[in-house]
Amino acid sequence: MMGSANDGFEEAPLHSPREKSELHHDFNSVDRHPLSDPLLSPTSPNSNTHHPHDIDPPAYADVIFTPFDSSDINGSGSPLDTSSSSSPSHVFSPSNSSDYIKITVSNPQKEQEPSNSLVPGSNTFVTYLVTTRTNIPDFGGSEFSVRRRFRDIITLSGRLSESYRGFFIPPRPDKSVVESQVMQKQEFVEQRRVALEKYLRRLAAHPVIRKSEELKMFLQVQGKLPLLPTTDVASRMLDGAVKIPKQLLGDGPALAPHEAAQPAKAGRDLLRLFKELKQSVANDWGSAKPPVVEEDKEFLEKKDRMQELELQLSNASQQAEALVKAQQDMGETMGELGLAFIKLTKFENEEAMFNAQRVRAADMKNLATATVKASRFYRELNLHTVKHLDTLHEYLGLMMSVHGALADRSSALLTVQTLLSELSSLQSRSEKFEAATSKIFGGDKTRIRKLEELQETIKATEDAKNVAIRQYEWIKENNRNELERLDTERQADFLDMLKGFVVNQVGYAEKIANVWGKVAEETSNYARENS
Amino acid sequence: MASPRGPQSPRSSPSSASSQPYLSVSVTDPVKMGTGVQAYISYRVITKTNMTEYQGSEKIVIRRYSDFVWLYDRLFEKYKGVFIPPLPEKSAVEKFRFSAEFIEMRRQALDLFVNRIASHQELRQSEDLRTFLQVDEEVMERIRSYETGLFKKKPADLIQIFKDVQSKVTDVVLGKEKPVEESSEDYEKLKHYIFELENHLAEAQKQAYRLVKRHRELGNSLSDFGKAVKLLSACEGDNLGKAFSELGAKSEAVSMKLQKEAHELLMNFEEPLKDYVRAVQSIKATIAERVAAFKQQYELAETIKLKEINLDKLMLTRSDRVREAELEYKELKKESEEATERFEMIVRLMNEEIARFQEQKTLDMGIAFHEFAKGQARLATAVADAWRSLLPKLEACSTT
Repeated sequence: MMGSANDGFEEAPLHSPREKSELHHDFNSVDRHPLSDPLLSPTSPNSNTHHPHDIDPPAYADVIFTPFDSSDINGSGSPLDTSSSSSPSHVFSPSNSSDYIKITVSNPQKEQEPSNSLVPGSNTFVTYLVTTRTNIPDFGGSEFSVRRRFRDIITLSGRLSESYRGFFIPPRPDKSVVESQVMQKQEFVEQRRVALEKYLRRLAAHPVIRKSEELKMFLQVQGKLPLLPTTDVASRMLDGAVKIPKQLLGDGPALAPHEAAQPAKAGRDLLRLFKELKQSVANDWGSAKPPVVEEDKEFLEKKDRMQELELQLSNASQQAEALVKAQQDMGETMGELGLAFIKLTKFENEEAMFNAQRVRAADMKNLATATVKASRFYRELNLHTVKHLDTLHEYLGLMMSVHGALADRSSALLTVQTLLSELSSLQSRSEKFEAATSKIFGGDKTRIRKLEELQETIKATEDAKNVAIRQYEWIKENNRNELERLDTERQADFLDMLKGFVVNQVGYAEKIANVWGKVAEETSNYARENS
Repeated sequence: MASPRGPQSPRSSPSSASSQPYLSVSVTDPVKMGTGVQAYISYRVITKTNMTEYQGSEKIVIRRYSDFVWLYDRLFEKYKGVFIPPLPEKSAVEKFRFSAEFIEMRRQALDLFVNRIASHQELRQSEDLRTFLQVDEEVMERIRSYETGLFKKKPADLIQIFKDVQSKVTDVVLGKEKPVEESSEDYEKLKHYIFELENHLAEAQKQAYRLVKRHRELGNSLSDFGKAVKLLSACEGDNLGKAFSELGAKSEAVSMKLQKEAHELLMNFEEPLKDYVRAVQSIKATIAERVAAFKQQYELAETIKLKEINLDKLMLTRSDRVREAELEYKELKKESEEATERFEMIVRLMNEEIARFQEQKTLDMGIAFHEFAKGQARLATAVADAWRSLLPKLEACSTT
């Protein structure tokens, strides 16, 4: 997860023991235009780079000194540039506040696949312009664009899953088959564009994945995406792990040991799956003592913790949604009430036959104006709340990646166990064969050749096992690092979220109190008369 | 003229039995009586007065809603032209009928009803009021059930009168019939005003009621959010866990403030608006009476014209029916004069009433708006304070 973790966080003014008014004034001191791009000045010293929001919530100072003004930009609720308002902290550079990658997805266009089809327009698809701005030297350029289609994202994500096992890889956008049928084309394309942008930004925010070849190729290489979809190991499936030496010797497609160490893929590696299934059943029922067991208690504890976290995040995320809706409704109903009173005011004024009516109309006008203002404040409050609480949704989404990473570990372990088991059975077969055939007349060519074959198989399996173990250890290491990173970044992001949420609530509550205080003041003569 | 608002606020009155007559009433202590379908609420009605028409200076009686309805009907019948203070609605959804909030709202409305009557120059002299405030429960019940049959004007009658008025208007527009309704500009203006006003007010009241609901919903969602956040805190380490737990607690606290304010909003803002709507509806009923009175005097006037013509004819022919006709004519003339008088009184009273009504409503609304603004300001300030107090704690969590 992203997060300016330590550096940036220390810089945030919230840490400095300053007075409240100063503290909150800082949040607001950069009177930025809400649509300005915070990343254009990544090195600005104050909290900007770490403050994830394009529109600042009101500061205390603001509340006291700035009367409500429709041209008040801070908190004016001007429409967010949705393309830049993605999740908190994820847009920003992780370790070093001076290096960044900013990705924008825009300009969807229909394109046609050149085909021989008689039906025109049968192979149309949408491409998006993916623009990257970066100062990372590896990219060899500071700004570049390519056109990509959704299918390319699937490819990218597949390749990343293969290459980065054990890492918390951000989940890719859904294919949304149903939605593509049901929604208006334009809406759907826009929804997809937003999803793609979010996804790519998350990838760019991951400290390891941002440096991957796969991502680089995706972002930079013009024309067709040079990544192949996930390797078809159908032959591997049919032959099973046992045929490895034959493949190595050129009998069939070459299959390097590391590929054998890749997890079996459903639908492709049937035979291997059977073997691994047999192994896992053996593991479960303890028929043969598994040579490698998940003994890492710490890991198991962490896994449980992650599960619990996911559960509670899901719950909190739901309640956050409900809260946002309630705030929205409050704002809307306030607005309707204000409108009703405005109409009443107009009516009383038009039909006034008594002075009392004019007085009442004036009172109503005050009330109506205040009600409409309050309504607007509630809606602005909500805009900010949505952004803050979005962190919950983000981390919930991330839990999927965590699953994937932990599953990588389990499947890698299973592969190791399978190979060990395979190895052990091969060895005993070899011994038995040797013992059995030694009674027969020695020196038989067939017998020797068979023995040699067996030995070769054993050697290959041994190699595969070693590779598998190395994989497993590597994945374990990835898991560990990622879990640590997740913990750190989550802490930082959640604390930011809480602070942001609270500051926001305070700011708007003060503004609202102010508005009503004035009206209470203006109508205080009625209070005196009321015994 | 101040309209009493507080739950148990009798009108402020001179302390001793001075020459100033005072009549102070309060409706208190709702108690559920009976069981099942027959169950109802009874109220204590306390009267304090120095008026000689009353027996004694203090009286406490027990009354139920239908007794108040009886009083309304009697006053409506006798004091045509006066805007009888409105009653709270008759029916309510069964399960809501005995909720504490509903009972309190009804009690307040009934208290207001009686107090307004007691403060009204004309109405306070009413004998029926005296009956209502003094007789025993049993007597009241007898009176109520007896007179209900005879005098109660069913709502259907009122609706019919309106329908007549409306259809007459249509007929006039279509040129079918001569209008049997006042055509004065003032009357037209008043009628239009009252009918339109009801629409506007009903809308405002609807939104006010919704706003009360929104407060409750927001309160609930904050409470649920707080709970969820507390559960999250258990998943997190010391620092963050503490922060979450503090936030959760604060969220629940803010939720309670919202619930409280929702109640205040209902009592001090929505209810007065509702009351305003009822008052306008009561005025509509009075207008219907005016229409009926006008129609009556108009029809009598027309009949007299015919009778005059007839009488002249008879006199010319020296018919022996002249005597008879003359007598008839005299009677009709008397009736007509009475009808005209009644109508004119209604018009006069209504003019006074409308002026008073406008003054009163400006005051009532002023108070309601003030309470609304005060309540909202109070809520927002409390919310700001609550959240603000959390900030140093959150600070502490991140610096550790």
